[in-house]
Amino acid sequence: MIRHYHTIRDLIAEYKSGNKTVEDTIIETFDRIDKVENKVNAFILTLKNEAIQRAKELDKTLKKSGRKTKGKLFGIPIAIKDNICFKNYPTTCASKMLENYIPPYNATVIKKLLDEGAIIVGKTNMDEFAMGTTCESSYFGVTHNPWALDRVPGGSSGGSGAALASGEVPLALGSDTGGSIRCPASFSGVVGLKATYGLVSRYGLIAYACSLEQIGPMATNVSDCKDIFDVIVGNDPMDSTTISKEEMEQYLKKSFKDFPNSKGKFTFGIPKELLGEGIDPEVKKSVWDAIKLLEDLGGSYEEISIPSIDYSIACYYIIAMAEASSNLARFDGIRYGFRSEDKGNWNEVFANNRLAFGKEVRRRIMLGTYALSAGYYDMYYLKALKLRTLLIQEFEKHLKKFSFLICPTMPILPFKLGEAVNDPLTMYLADICTVPINITGLPALSIPCGFSQGLPIGLQIIGNYYEEYKIFQIADLYEKNAHTKNTFPKI
Amino acid sequence: MSRQELEQLGIKIGLEIHIQLTKLKTKLFCGCNADYRDMPPNTYVCPVCLGLPGSLPSVNKKAVEFAIMLGLALNSKISNKTLFYRKNYFYPDMPKNFQISQYNKAGGVPIALGGQMILKFKEYDKRINITRLQLEEDPGRISYDGTILSSPIAYIDYNRAGITLIEVVTEPDFETPEEARIFLQKLRSIVEHLGIADLSLEGSMRCDANISLYGKNRVEIKNISSYKDVQAALNAEIIRQKNIYKHGGEIKQETRHWDSDKKRTFTLRTKEEEQDYRYFPEPDLLPIEISSEMITSIEENMPELPDDRINRFIKEYKLPRYDAEVLVITKSLADFYEDVVKKYQKPKEVSNWIMSDLMRHLNTLNIEINDSKICADDFIELLNLIDKGTISGKLAKRILQLMMESGKKPMEIAKEKGLLRINDLKKIQEFINKVFNTQPKAVSDAKKDPKAIHFLVGQVMKLSNGRCDPQITNKLIKEALNKI
Repeated sequence: MIRHYHTIRDLIAEYKSGNKTVEDTIIETFDRIDKVENKVNAFILTLKNEAIQRAKELDKTLKKSGRKTKGKLFGIPIAIKDNICFKNYPTTCASKMLENYIPPYNATVIKKLLDEGAIIVGKTNMDEFAMGTTCESSYFGVTHNPWALDRVPGGSSGGSGAALASGEVPLALGSDTGGSIRCPASFSGVVGLKATYGLVSRYGLIAYACSLEQIGPMATNVSDCKDIFDVIVGNDPMDSTTISKEEMEQYLKKSFKDFPNSKGKFTFGIPKELLGEGIDPEVKKSVWDAIKLLEDLGGSYEEISIPSIDYSIACYYIIAMAEASSNLARFDGIRYGFRSEDKGNWNEVFANNRLAFGKEVRRRIMLGTYALSAGYYDMYYLKALKLRTLLIQEFEKHLKKFSFLICPTMPILPFKLGEAVNDPLTMYLADICTVPINITGLPALSIPCGFSQGLPIGLQIIGNYYEEYKIFQIADLYEKNAHTKNTFPKI
Repeated sequence: MSRQELEQLGIKIGLEIHIQLTKLKTKLFCGCNADYRDMPPNTYVCPVCLGLPGSLPSVNKKAVEFAIMLGLALNSKISNKTLFYRKNYFYPDMPKNFQISQYNKAGGVPIALGGQMILKFKEYDKRINITRLQLEEDPGRISYDGTILSSPIAYIDYNRAGITLIEVVTEPDFETPEEARIFLQKLRSIVEHLGIADLSLEGSMRCDANISLYGKNRVEIKNISSYKDVQAALNAEIIRQKNIYKHGGEIKQETRHWDSDKKRTFTLRTKEEEQDYRYFPEPDLLPIEISSEMITSIEENMPELPDDRINRFIKEYKLPRYDAEVLVITKSLADFYEDVVKKYQKPKEVSNWIMSDLMRHLNTLNIEINDSKICADDFIELLNLIDKGTISGKLAKRILQLMMESGKKPMEIAKEKGLLRINDLKKIQEFINKVFNTQPKAVSDAKKDPKAIHFLVGQVMKLSNGRCDPQITNKLIKEALNKI
């Protein structure tokens, strides 16, 4: 089984040496999917025949080329969150609205993955339109946390997290608007990165809140996570918000002279707002254990304060819902998507078709519409933008001084199924550690740092803009010493 | 209504003009071909202009350049940083149910602000202030089987969706419908001189007008499609509002629709039904930085503008200002004029011909010179034929009309219709003999009074359909009278 390999690099080495074929891997992958999927429900769509077909082709090219391959993800199965467009296959956003929507084009990240030899094995479950923290608002049913099937896997990229944790796939893509990669990474005990805003093309990602979100890598270890990141990062002429090639070369450095310094030392800050009140004691304990380990590894920390964090939930939800209300306006059932009976005038037709949206999506559209309405715009949206500027300044100040900031990814252990879904406020508040990262556009990675009651806990490592490789470096060091690599539940 | 009458009504008119930048090869936010006219529906589309889920816009740099050119031509201040905003409203012609546009409030900065245009009238000059210029995308087109109410189906064609529009907004500085018309004509001429659009294309220039009388409520009129329409629509609206006022009624703040067939405006929506567009900055596009170097380089490469061309016509061709202005306000006409003058160097004569006969025929046919069947070379040939005496000036006017209708060459028409001038003495004498035989009274009058000779010459011209050379005819009649 694939999870017997330490990293995908090992797996690719096996292909090259001829010990294993890509087809073997894909067959094993689907054996595993067949075995656990009825318990986990990580996928909305699996593409067995297509994957096997592609595996055979890759095996042929491998043979022809004398077992040489350049693809960084050659023959590696990968699961894709179902809000990323994969040409000619349904991309549903886990919504009744797009149940039968088939995109006629590939997202830029999909092209990049395919160019590097990856094999897409399926589309993973998520909260409807990526709006949620539990993966329970999917039209296609809930996904179960492989560590405890009565718990949520985290959201919104819960399917990707669960598919990794249950050993169905070694790699997955998620998207992160307010924590949607890091939350399931934390709850499902895997590694996930939200990159600096503008590093990964959003072309083909069905938008929830465009100024906040990035597609990002998820894996069972840091090395694999970094390998997908390498593939998907880069300027895209189709996405104006990606940074230019020149900027990419200038800013996205792979090595850091002063990190760790010549004596192997580094510093990090701990925002007290994210490790104090409101954080589950078990989570706190795990994170402090991780901090101690980082100290042993040469780190020294200071407790710091980022006061604006207290307003970040409000700021995030105003911006996200405002953008969502506009982004989701296109789903009117006229050109594609759910179409009710055509009755009445245009507005009535729209309204009937838009009944296909679930409760949470409707709630966010309505709140966002309200926040942008005449008379409220200044009060909500503009204020949120001001807070955004403030938060950026506060984070930048500390990130100039420290190599990282460390905090929990989620303030709590995974919810029980059904526990939070009808209590939106509790659910929103659980995003306290992750949303500041989307508001500021900073990069942050979640890595497993322990368990409580058999439930995984995630550590969040926040870096300065474009310092993803520094984050990978420390995460790799931590992972090696904490022995958290490739830990799987019994399922 | 005279200008004085109109002045008493306290009219204030502001215009919002949408111009398609038809000289762009691609749409505003995607690579789709922008030359969509006459194409089968929904063939010039892609995920971006169809607003398919996950697609993102990227700005056409040339569109920004074109907008800067127009801003400079209207003396506007070009913004050094401009932003796109989303205008949110539900309608099936907008595939995203929002339009990517620009905004001047809520932190928005349009591509150019301020500016003015001077309109010259016989009695006065008028300065019209420009409020702003902004870039935005055109929606698709909806059509019905018959009327909107009776049609069981609505057809939507997204070929037009995403076409670049530049919106020019003016201050409410117009005081007569005529001023509004001249402004649109001049704006069109500027746009065409800049080479950023061909506004003879159907639907390429659309105008909304805001109008208030007596300082009362403002009414917006939509669906005005040309400079001719603007005057008619405003006149109709002035009469409507004047009547309401006269009978003590209230002029409601509302949006009205101009019906150019019925020649009147209809209520579209009242103030209460006005939409809240929930403008906010487009998060998928970064602000566009416009450096002063970029502006300078565009400025240095600007083509000749109408005002400069008018002055050149006055200087180079010694035309009266009036002639120059009439020609240049329609770029295609000014181009035609210069094509002719290049090879036929009697500028004032050419101008006379164009301004009288040619323009009259164009008006009658309701077409523009580019759509007419006449070309500069044929027109030159016509003028040469007059000079050579092959045709008379009077017959040339008829031939010109036939040229414009048929597209045939002047000589061909003259031969075909027997319109060549008759110089042959024998033939002219035959016509004279016929007149002398049938009009003995006139002949004897002419013998007594030399002034009456003109009548006889006229009779000969009439009989010969104006073909006889008048000088020769005159001479021969005198000789014939002397012989009697």
